[in-house]
Amino acid sequence: MDPRIQAAWDLLPDYLGQHVLLSASALLLGLAISLPLAVAASRSAAVRWPALLLASLVQTIPSLALLALFYPLLLALSALSKATLGVGFPALGFLPSLLALTLYSMLPILRNGVAGLTGVEPAIVEAARGVGMTDRQRLAQVELPLAAPVIMAGVRTAAVWTIGAATLATPVGQTSLGNYIFSGLQTENWVFVLFGCAASAGLAMAADQLLGLIESGLAQRKRWRIVAGAVGLVVGTLAALAPLALANAGSGSGPAPARYVIGAKNFSEQYILAQLISDRLRATGATTQIKEDLGSSIAYSALKAGEIDVYVDYTGTLWANVLKRTDNPGRAAVLAQLTQQLKQRDGVLVLGSLGFENAYALAMKRSEAEALHITSLDDLAAHAGQLTFGADLEFLSRPEWASVRDTYHLTFKHQAQYQPTFMYRALTSGQADVISAFSSDGRIAADDLVVLTDPRHALPPYDAVVLISPKRATDARLLAALQPLIGKITVEAMRAANLSVDRDTDKATPEQAAQTLSPPP
Amino acid sequence: MAGPIIELDNVSKHYGALAAVDGLTLAIEPGTFTALLGGSGSGKTTALKTINGLVIPDGGEVRVSGRDVASEPGPGLRRRIGYVFQEIGLFPHMTVAENIAVGPRLAGWAKPETAARLAELLQLVALPSEVGARLPAALSGGQRQRVGVARALAAKPAIMLMDEPFGALDPVTRDALGRDYRALHEQLGLTTLMVTHDVWEALLLADRIVVMDHGKMLADAPPATLLAGHPDPKVQALMETPRRQAERVRAMSEGSA
Repeated sequence: MDPRIQAAWDLLPDYLGQHVLLSASALLLGLAISLPLAVAASRSAAVRWPALLLASLVQTIPSLALLALFYPLLLALSALSKATLGVGFPALGFLPSLLALTLYSMLPILRNGVAGLTGVEPAIVEAARGVGMTDRQRLAQVELPLAAPVIMAGVRTAAVWTIGAATLATPVGQTSLGNYIFSGLQTENWVFVLFGCAASAGLAMAADQLLGLIESGLAQRKRWRIVAGAVGLVVGTLAALAPLALANAGSGSGPAPARYVIGAKNFSEQYILAQLISDRLRATGATTQIKEDLGSSIAYSALKAGEIDVYVDYTGTLWANVLKRTDNPGRAAVLAQLTQQLKQRDGVLVLGSLGFENAYALAMKRSEAEALHITSLDDLAAHAGQLTFGADLEFLSRPEWASVRDTYHLTFKHQAQYQPTFMYRALTSGQADVISAFSSDGRIAADDLVVLTDPRHALPPYDAVVLISPKRATDARLLAALQPLIGKITVEAMRAANLSVDRDTDKATPEQAAQTLSPPP
Repeated sequence: MAGPIIELDNVSKHYGALAAVDGLTLAIEPGTFTALLGGSGSGKTTALKTINGLVIPDGGEVRVSGRDVASEPGPGLRRRIGYVFQEIGLFPHMTVAENIAVGPRLAGWAKPETAARLAELLQLVALPSEVGARLPAALSGGQRQRVGVARALAAKPAIMLMDEPFGALDPVTRDALGRDYRALHEQLGLTTLMVTHDVWEALLLADRIVVMDHGKMLADAPPATLLAGHPDPKVQALMETPRRQAERVRAMSEGSA
């Protein structure tokens, strides 16, 4: 078997279990809210229009955005509850995903519920009243049984949507089948991408078929179909959850070893460095968990809130996003001020720089740069009007871009945004002439790209730094395990490690790449 | 005699500016069969529904067995009054037996008692016992209406309210069901109030006909009295039709004989 398929299979019990736990909880919660709401809405137009409007509105928010929006909201609520009640709750991972998916599941259930209940023939409603049923008896004995097939059709739609959208829980720190897709896309591990898609599609189809069995059982009044569908759902859910329960039971026995949560953003270098940190902590006997594919701004707030213990960020990013600074006092001054101010502001410990920069830079194909005699951003400004700029998904909205654009007066013929993997493809295929590259990216050497110099210092430095959460800032074991990494990773070593994961053939896993970076003991 | 079992005392019901029932006063003696006769919009259905609380009047008082119907919740009242209407409203997800047993079930009857009553009712409305296991969709229109009557009778009500009960049936079925029901009415000692727009049905089934128009009562008399002539021209015109039709039919049958 292909080692990548083997690796995917090995991860399946955990990913599938988490995915099922999340989508089943969201669907049950959605049902518990939507059904009473549908009953109320079917009886009162004053409830019906606001409820349906709100549910439709939620549906128009892209699911990824909805999931991400819940994180800051929960973070604020958690801080509030900590201040007033003395107890906070985790704002990362399961909770924001559950709430967003619950909202997402509501529209089809609500809409079909209202349609089913209001669609009961008036004569049947009159007969129910005429024989002396109370409102409650009429609902339970006549309206709900008659609306049940239509309601079940809504539940099926909700189930398929929820299972699909649950793959997007990965960036807010909830493990799901989306982990295959997000990391696969990033490391160009197409086996992972396909595996993740197939697994979530298969899960959605299985749930849909079982719910369909219940739906047809309700419509044709065939009890065995209803029972078979329900038993299938319960058995399937329990089977998927069994590995999680076993893992929890296993970790519950004996004295609990220290457990560290390591954060990683959504690109190969972050996966490799998180793995490197994890390896070193495990070597001390600790257990670790990696929360990967975190959004850039989510990672820092999660660290500050103590939901992750350690991750690697970059000085320029922190400088602009956390300290809101736009000036550039130089590499050493930026690091010194960050170290001092993050400690003071948030209690976050900057352990030190790993020794390399992953700076934003603009890069071109060597052949094209030489033909146009472009070596610096000053040279680029003169030709920008004829060139197409390909940026990654966040660069154009970042202050670094504003700074470069304004300092060098850059106006491109056309600008396009790409997921990083496709951005490099766009450059090599000629769809883009200039891209926003990262200086530690292995593809710079591999694709023979030229990094344009920045003579006016418009781009801030991006030293990779290890950040430790306030509650772990004095954790001797953690500090001792990570201190040896400081200043020991060169940009060449990082580029080579990144390339080994990103290249098309003979790909290494982040775990294997991390081992090449590990300094000798 | 204990006095009237149903009393409407100056009852009104308005829909916006329109008076569907306009100061109607009516007393029904126990054991009688009364037809509420009128065209569409005459207020006859609205008046009927004030008796079992499906319509709440906005003026006057309705008393059943001497008690104001507004003094108790609707469901309790309706469990003591049989109600049959044109669309029948059989519950499509319940078998015929389950449909008929709804009233006894709501009243909390014991199972053996309900089962015995079910067998009795099927016989009473002349349906074969195997019909009980079928769903309403598998029945003919006449059979369905018989089930509707059985369901209304199940909890042994003293009063039956019927709203165009046989209106949607073919003439032969309609006649048979009408005669069967009239026999049941006698046999069970029921008080029946039937809404109809069909003069023939009112004349042939009822002991007493109340003619309604625009929410008011135009006439209140036994069928024979009404046929003999009435001062109100509308009532006179209403009764003229069956008289003339009957004569023509008689002439036809005598001519051919």
